[in-house]
Amino acid sequence: MVSPRSLLSTPNPHRLASKVAREDEHQLVAAAKSGDVTAFEELVNRYERKIFRLTMNITRNREDAEDAMQDAFLKSYSHLKTFQGDSRFYTWLVRIAANEALMRLRKRRPNQFSLDEPIEGDEDLMPRELQDWGPGPEQRFAQTEMREILSSVIDELEPEYRTVFVLRDIEELSTEETADVVGISVPAVKSRLLRARLKLREKLNRYFRQGGAN
Amino acid sequence: MNCEDVIHELSDFIDSELDAALKQELESHLRDCEDCRLVVNQTKKTIEIFCDSELVELPSAVRSRLHDALRRKFKEAAH
Repeated sequence: MVSPRSLLSTPNPHRLASKVAREDEHQLVAAAKSGDVTAFEELVNRYERKIFRLTMNITRNREDAEDAMQDAFLKSYSHLKTFQGDSRFYTWLVRIAANEALMRLRKRRPNQFSLDEPIEGDEDLMPRELQDWGPGPEQRFAQTEMREILSSVIDELEPEYRTVFVLRDIEELSTEETADVVGISVPAVKSRLLRARLKLREKLNRYFRQGGAN
Repeated sequence: MNCEDVIHELSDFIDSELDAALKQELESHLRDCEDCRLVVNQTKKTIEIFCDSELVELPSAVRSRLHDALRRKFKEAAH
């Protein structure tokens, strides 16, 4: 049995979950499954900010994001014994949290957010805003300012695009996993992802183009 | 391959999911087309910037609520 004390570590807020292949995650999960609540709390400490970012990015509503995050952790604890370990625990948690967030988004916007209907048309995808961003546009903005820019542009994106972008590009779920969580087909995920990426690039262009902010 | 084709294949190109022949065609177009090169590079940058965005601390009240709820859950499970 692994001692949870030996597994405790200080979470690094500057690294992404998807990039952090924490070797001890499976040990913590095993300890938590055998009833060690300290181990489960360590998993929560490790991922709470990332899960909050995810639920906030999907719902764009503070109250819903907080509730979705909390329910995701509670449900993951209740169902921990069913976690088979065929994916990373974090990926499993992301799926639960995304479902919680999507459920709240659907409730709040029943008429605006249709996941099931095809929304992809033959609209012109050709980018119109083509300006140089110069080297390292992210270095030109302070951390807080950059956070506001990203929050503002993702807020403007329609939920059906935003959700797919968040799951695929930020949380790095596979196309199939994203399709499964959102309840759409693989081609629909691909189509929405392309549109989301193009739209976000165009929105960021307003801030990043050389010589012109906003 | 023209500019419109490049935009349609953009995601698969970025995700390295294009087959070799198509990838070669696209890369050949990019060598000659500055506009497409700009869009491809900026789209990659867009993804990178979102991925690397800083995580904010949870407000202490939110964190307390979460951990209180968890402790209640642990107690329930223990009984």
